[in-house]
Amino acid sequence: MKLYCLSGHPTLPCNVLKFKSTTIMLDCGLDTTSVLNFLPLPLVHSPRLSKLPSWVSKDGTINLEKELKECAGRVFVDSQPEFCLPERELLDLSTVDVILVSNYHCMMALPYITEHTGFTGTVYATEPTLQIGRLLMEELVNFMERVPKAHSATCWKTKEIQRMLPGPLKDAVDVWAWKRSYSIQEVNSALSKVQLVGYSQKVELFGAVQVSPLSSGYSLGSSNWIIQSHHEKVSYVSGSSLLTTHPQPMDQSSLKNCDVLILTGLTQMPTANPDGMLGEFCSNLAMTIRAGGNVLVPCYSSGVIYDLLECLYQFIDSANLGTTPFYFISPVANSSLEFSQIFAEWLCHNKQSKVYLPEPPFPHAELIQTNKLKHYSSIHGDFSSEFRQPCVVFTGHPSLRFGDVVHFMELWGKSSLNTIIFTEPDFSYLDALAPYQPLAMKCVYCPIDTRLNFHQVSKLLKEVQPLHVVCPEQYTQPPLTQSHRSDLMLELQPPPMPYRRCSVLNLPFRRRYERVYILPELANSLVPSEIKPGVSLATVSAVLHSKDNKHTLQSVPKPPPAPPNKKRKRVLEEPPVLLAPKPLLSGAVPLEAFLATLQKHGITEVKVEETADGHILHLQAEDTLIQLEEDGTHIVCDNNEPLRTTLRDLVLRFLQKL
Amino acid sequence: MPEIKVTPLGAGQDVGRSCILVSIGGKNIMLDCGMHMGYNDDRRFPDFSYITQNGRLTDFLDCVIISHFHLDHCGALPFMSEMVGYDGPIYMTHPTKAICPILLEDFRKITVDKKGETNFFTSQMIKDCMKKVVPLNLHQTVQVDDELEIKAYYAGHVLGAAMVHIKVGLESVVYTGDYNMTPDRHLGAAWIDKCRPDMLISESTYATTIRDSKRCRERDFLKKVHESIERGGKVLIPVFALGRAQELCILLETFWERMNLKAPIYFSTGLTEKANHYYKLFITWTNQKIRKTFVQRNMFEFKHIKPFDRSYADNPGPMVVFATPGMLHAGQSLQIFKKWAGHEKNMVIMPGYCVQGTIGHKILNGQRKLEMEGRSTLEVKLQVEYMSFSAHADAKGIMQLIRMAEPRNMLLVHGEAVKMEFLKGKIEQEFSIDCHLPANGETVTVTTNPSVPVDISLNLLKREMALGGPLPDPKKPRTMHGTLIMKENSLKLVSSEQALKELGLNEHQLRFTCRVQLQDPHSDSDTLHRIYAHLKSVLKGYTIQHLPDGTVMVESIVIKVSSSAEDANTKVLLLSWSYQDEDLGSFLSTLLKKGLPSGIC
Repeated sequence: MKLYCLSGHPTLPCNVLKFKSTTIMLDCGLDTTSVLNFLPLPLVHSPRLSKLPSWVSKDGTINLEKELKECAGRVFVDSQPEFCLPERELLDLSTVDVILVSNYHCMMALPYITEHTGFTGTVYATEPTLQIGRLLMEELVNFMERVPKAHSATCWKTKEIQRMLPGPLKDAVDVWAWKRSYSIQEVNSALSKVQLVGYSQKVELFGAVQVSPLSSGYSLGSSNWIIQSHHEKVSYVSGSSLLTTHPQPMDQSSLKNCDVLILTGLTQMPTANPDGMLGEFCSNLAMTIRAGGNVLVPCYSSGVIYDLLECLYQFIDSANLGTTPFYFISPVANSSLEFSQIFAEWLCHNKQSKVYLPEPPFPHAELIQTNKLKHYSSIHGDFSSEFRQPCVVFTGHPSLRFGDVVHFMELWGKSSLNTIIFTEPDFSYLDALAPYQPLAMKCVYCPIDTRLNFHQVSKLLKEVQPLHVVCPEQYTQPPLTQSHRSDLMLELQPPPMPYRRCSVLNLPFRRRYERVYILPELANSLVPSEIKPGVSLATVSAVLHSKDNKHTLQSVPKPPPAPPNKKRKRVLEEPPVLLAPKPLLSGAVPLEAFLATLQKHGITEVKVEETADGHILHLQAEDTLIQLEEDGTHIVCDNNEPLRTTLRDLVLRFLQKL
Repeated sequence: MPEIKVTPLGAGQDVGRSCILVSIGGKNIMLDCGMHMGYNDDRRFPDFSYITQNGRLTDFLDCVIISHFHLDHCGALPFMSEMVGYDGPIYMTHPTKAICPILLEDFRKITVDKKGETNFFTSQMIKDCMKKVVPLNLHQTVQVDDELEIKAYYAGHVLGAAMVHIKVGLESVVYTGDYNMTPDRHLGAAWIDKCRPDMLISESTYATTIRDSKRCRERDFLKKVHESIERGGKVLIPVFALGRAQELCILLETFWERMNLKAPIYFSTGLTEKANHYYKLFITWTNQKIRKTFVQRNMFEFKHIKPFDRSYADNPGPMVVFATPGMLHAGQSLQIFKKWAGHEKNMVIMPGYCVQGTIGHKILNGQRKLEMEGRSTLEVKLQVEYMSFSAHADAKGIMQLIRMAEPRNMLLVHGEAVKMEFLKGKIEQEFSIDCHLPANGETVTVTTNPSVPVDISLNLLKREMALGGPLPDPKKPRTMHGTLIMKENSLKLVSSEQALKELGLNEHQLRFTCRVQLQDPHSDSDTLHRIYAHLKSVLKGYTIQHLPDGTVMVESIVIKVSSSAEDANTKVLLLSWSYQDEDLGSFLSTLLKKGLPSGIC
């Protein structure tokens, strides 16, 4: 069993597991941090961005006027932003049989894999994962296609040039494999390959392996996966949460008794407490509004935003924000809000029981009804006429490189009354803000990452007790910036097997048994004999049938009777056709009992002679020798086949056949 | 032999109070727990005393599964769990869990408040009963206990209707509840995978009907409503609050929109608005089209359909009223019917099946004079129309489901005996499987013949598969030999050598040695060579070796030659073999006794 690791990003994994002749891709994460190296894509012409100076190397030899711009001491690529794809050279991706998706954030690279590698398999995901994943992809495509860039910058990628660039561009890896966004056609085609599954549904793959998604508690429809056969079990843990937010709680017990546990998607903010961050978010928001400023919240269109809105729903009146408009701007804002209300089955118990009343599970329905929350597909259209300040705007993309958020950065960045509050943990806020410097706007960083922290995960692993743990190498050492925090890493016995991008791991597995079914007819014909108390044996002679990786044992068919009219004179001359060996024998032949048996069969003249290892019986009348020993019997008998077979059968009476 | 036993307590050769007991692999399961609309006495509920005479059922049932929220499938649930007594798990889907208590409360109100019955379940009992409910998701495999697992499939019949696959070990039963194999305006079609159950328990409401296309029926329905409105008549459509009602509302709403009609459409009881809300929140259970467009336009927000007030019934002019319940056996639909029945211009459209004993059933059978409570009679002058909109599978649909699931046995419930008999014939003819139609209280037993799962050592399996080659030869099947070790609850099949090792047993070698005398005037080594050549020609396909140490080996049988002391031409062959080669050894000794043919060099 092997694991191919195609992504180095611990929360956006992409691993391929080869298990019992199946090839299973676990998640398909798209590393979007690469976009931080690009200039933002403004929705309306930005004089500031267009006036940025080109970057020229110190010695003046490199001048990529059209490709590289400088802002506040950092260099950005002026081109359509590009993403870092999962590794595609490590193995032939057309051999992937299935892709298991654990949550909507971990499927964003799907079109790159399913559309351009010869992939012909099936993708498995839950319904919320599919629907919300589709929204996020559509949003991404929309963000990119709304403001097309005429040319793509590629010169900077040349090795000689890249080497000369300042960091972090200099250190970016594999830049030639970076790709622009996919098209909506590719999204549709990729998602048409998705087959929906429910939690705890057992899906058979080629009869060899069974896979099953389990609730992971992180987001709507998010799952961990069990990959198992009758005798082996792999648990795949991706983004999981033990906090009580909106999704169904995590199913921990089903992960138990596994040989290998693949652990990914731990919190990216191990030191930030989500509850504390939520409080800070609210107080900063209220402070800014009271001072007459605007609040900008760069966020994804689904996920934590539901919790933020719920938190605000409770907070608005007490904080006297009843008249402040809240705007949610995204091409999929409406869909995201609507979809969140129809997945009752996937929600936590509290929200589920609201549906029984019947009431919408999320309170943002009421915020919309009372006009406190308004949603728009973009800043163009109705929004521009209805927009009032001071206000709170939720919009994407959290990288600040594309989407409507770019416009608000340009609009509000110059005033210190306004505040930007970062809640998404995927991007470093300093890197995100770099192309907007100098900035007067206040910045508040309250990343909310509900995924498991190291304390929770070590408790979980104690419960689950996997034989081996595989995880990204980042989890086996403390974070670079906090190297003294040995509590921010995994410490296990045996130590976890770390992986990085392009690792190929041999998983420590020894398969020893396989399931086979004995058909009833054969089962009934078996004769078990008790060999020790509680242990019985039966010899089985059967025909093995293997079909679709399922094995059955049938009785050996009786040979067809020889045609009666055809004379078979020389029957004896025919050598025995069966290559079948007789069973092995076990046990010993006790002398006294054997002699008594011989006597019963009329063999009375027996001379017994003791030897070092046993006895020699001389059957004088028949001139035959039988050598009896602890672990063997030797019959020497000439020219008397009937006697030999009789003796054989008498000896066999004392022995166990295997 | 393992057996599966099925006993209907209700719905055996009948429609109403569905309640079927299944015993499989030592587990007892109750499928549905319904009431009968046609009775007002004890016969209203299934006879639970069949299960046990003395009280509580908890010890006798492993679980209860409710297929959907119609009262003939869940109406007896609070009675069973709270009054008879059952504390185990009750499984149903989320929409059923949401809607079922509302209908039960409605049923209770009509029975207790309006009819004044006592000794009936209370509101609190409904609540307590619902606390025992465990929600089921589609396709989720729910482990009831270590051995019993259940899985729900989409059934289409009403919002949240499910079929269930019940499995213990390798034995399984599928219960369909009520289902619909054709998608309609708001629900999708039932689907199940090829799960090959030992028994398929199917409803058979429309066992003999093959219904025409839905479009025709819809056109017919709209035409009739339209004509009636045009001539100033009032149209009553008795429905159950959830299900058909929403489908017909969608139909009329779009028709009114298209034809720009002004006559009012009303929907009785406050339940409707709530009902529509359920449809909005459980939109994932509706059909593909509604699910796809729900963000832009929610099909369950109606413009033309308004809530009904009792006083409207006397308003002049045409109107359409949807009123509950659907079989005209009580409540608002019956009240309106009484008001409108005397006028020829009016019309009642029965969009679904009516149980025997209900007014709906009587008027559909052409009865024009009805005896009402208090000895009065009601003359029925209004037009009575029947349109089958109830979403049950028809004969074609039932056959289609059998083809999907490939059951080994078939059992029909929820239908009329005569019609079932007809369908049974068709099923047995087309699929050559047994089809059973038990009456209530009658038990059907089928024996199952499950295979025995065993763990085979991978070494043995791989060796066997390698020897057998990729494609087995049907004419020469290879026989595999192994030893089955039965220890505690595990069954392991291993090679004999491994079995000896694992059990710590010693091997006992049984050997045979046999001297054969032979007249052969050659040197010893020539004789040996002649034997070699002879065996080579007789034994095709065996490994025969002439070894330099002066022996011939056939497989593992050793043959040596020496001259007799007295006569150089008399050779003594020494054959030695182990028990494992007994067949071959015995054959060789007999063969060589006959001497060597002269033609050999």
